[in-house]
Amino acid sequence: MAGLEDLYREIIIDHYRSPRNRGELDTPPATRTEGFNPLCGDEIVVYLQLGEGTGDERVIEDIRIGGQGCSISQSSASMMSMSVKGKTIAEARDIMRSFKAMMSIHESSLDDSVEEPEIEVDEMKLGELEAMRGVVKFPVRIKCATLSWNTLDQGISEALA
Amino acid sequence: MNTGTDTPGTLADPIDSTRIKADFPLLSTTRAGTGHDRLITYLDSAATAQKPQAVIDALTNYYETTNANVARGVYELAEASTNAMEAARRKVAKFINAPAANEVIFTKNATESLNLVARSWGGTNLGPGDAVVLTQLEHHANIVPWQILQAEKGFEIRWIPVDANGHLDLTDLDRFLDGAKVVGLSAMSNVLGTLTPMRRIADAAHAAGAVVTVDACQYVPHLPTDVVEMGADFVSFSAHKMCGPTGVGVMWGKAELLDAMPPFLGGGGMIENVTQEGFKPAELPHKFEAGTPPIAEAVGLGVAVDYLSALGMDAVREHEVRLTSYTLRTLADRFGDKLTIHGPSEPAERGGVFSLELADVHPHDLSQVLDEHGVCVRAGHHCAKPLMKVLGVGATARASVYIYNDESDVDALADSLEAAASFFSF
Ligand SMILES: Cc1ncc(COP(=O)(O)O)c(C=O)c1O
Repeated sequence: MAGLEDLYREIIIDHYRSPRNRGELDTPPATRTEGFNPLCGDEIVVYLQLGEGTGDERVIEDIRIGGQGCSISQSSASMMSMSVKGKTIAEARDIMRSFKAMMSIHESSLDDSVEEPEIEVDEMKLGELEAMRGVVKFPVRIKCATLSWNTLDQGISEALA
Repeated sequence: MNTGTDTPGTLADPIDSTRIKADFPLLSTTRAGTGHDRLITYLDSAATAQKPQAVIDALTNYYETTNANVARGVYELAEASTNAMEAARRKVAKFINAPAANEVIFTKNATESLNLVARSWGGTNLGPGDAVVLTQLEHHANIVPWQILQAEKGFEIRWIPVDANGHLDLTDLDRFLDGAKVVGLSAMSNVLGTLTPMRRIADAAHAAGAVVTVDACQYVPHLPTDVVEMGADFVSFSAHKMCGPTGVGVMWGKAELLDAMPPFLGGGGMIENVTQEGFKPAELPHKFEAGTPPIAEAVGLGVAVDYLSALGMDAVREHEVRLTSYTLRTLADRFGDKLTIHGPSEPAERGGVFSLELADVHPHDLSQVLDEHGVCVRAGHHCAKPLMKVLGVGATARASVYIYNDESDVDALADSLEAAASFFSF
């Protein structure tokens, strides 16, 4: 069985204690998207400010995180904000996919019996986010780790709409 | 209403939890934990209670000896099955002092019971200009059914506030009740443990012309229940929180109200006659029991009622008041201001449900560390998000006790809280 040290890596605690990109952005021009974890009550707010351009080429010029939650959801949101800030939407989506792959979440996998193609986890893209890998051993916490990412995903759709 | 008294120390605890634990296979058998097998410390009975061997055996025994559909066959086995379920109904009626057994409706759970009241009574009697009065203590199960109906019927929902000690603030009760048709009230909060002044509110509600629907999910398992003395019109609870099986709940209602209400779900079992033109509903209780009921589960609930009755509900309450005193004292001694325990501070005014906040350790992280120590508590909003908002928190870690818990479980909780505090070393 996995120990607590697998879950609460130092870097996670650090992001929890001093969350990066915490705050709000003026809406508009920024967009504001809320995400909830209905199981535990965690709430994440993602503010996105995109640059000019079209579609996936637009750059995430600024991002801010609000809300409250456990160390896993808060640190994941903090790391997420760092990893996508200054990136294009296309790049952000790439990181998102890698992160979700690391969390063992494969889109469209409703049928357990179907063999999942192993999605390559691109460690270069993940950087610090690697520290989240231990969460997979605590299945009930995966939702904590992915909350901010799902909110980002939704926020991007709203910002592009 | 007997809410128990806190008589310190002199008499022995009327419940021997060590002996009782032996009746519960899940609590008396080791489980694989971190690196070693261990007994768990189960402190989540407010979510669901563990089951004594007698209840587990009752399910198996029913399927092995008595299984047949109820109220349908004329053969001996079908009659035996029907009799077993009806015997369980009478046991439940006696347990809550219901005037008549046919006022006891078997549902799937308390949630369905509360929906039944909202949909059937509320759907018939509420319209624009009416008011439904709820309390800020309510579980979502006694909120959302009214909100669903509100969207259709356009009535107002008013909220009786909670004060800083976790009690209902009844200062403006008369104003709240002015024009109210329904009062929805939790008998005991599943977050704070608060015991609410049901009789006082019910009397005032009736004087104002409102009916009273009580969510007694946390009350019936822990205190002697007398639905007549409560002054309620409807009382809902779940079997699984009182040592019974999942899948069965109870809605008790006054016969004259139930008789005047339309059926909730339609189907087999709930009719007296059906033609192409329409249907005539069956008599109580069957009118509200459409489809094949949870027969084995109801029988299991009957055995759970026997189990609790043998202990005596006065004794159960006395045990929990003692354990509540011990818990409040122990946690205050060991953690002081670092640990917040929400809710009433007086054991006689609350049940054994403790919503905890430990300095700056998030409840979710807290319960993770506790789990590492084999201590099972719940972290989250406990299906009471409006109350969480009033408390100004997103979540709490909740420990709750029952008949099989004793001081050693509370000590294990305190030890693991200490471990959590040092792990997150503030
Ligand atoms: C106060 C209260 N009301 C209602 C419920 C709902 O019970 P169930 O989920 O069994 O329908 C619960 C249990 O979670 C509760 O604690």
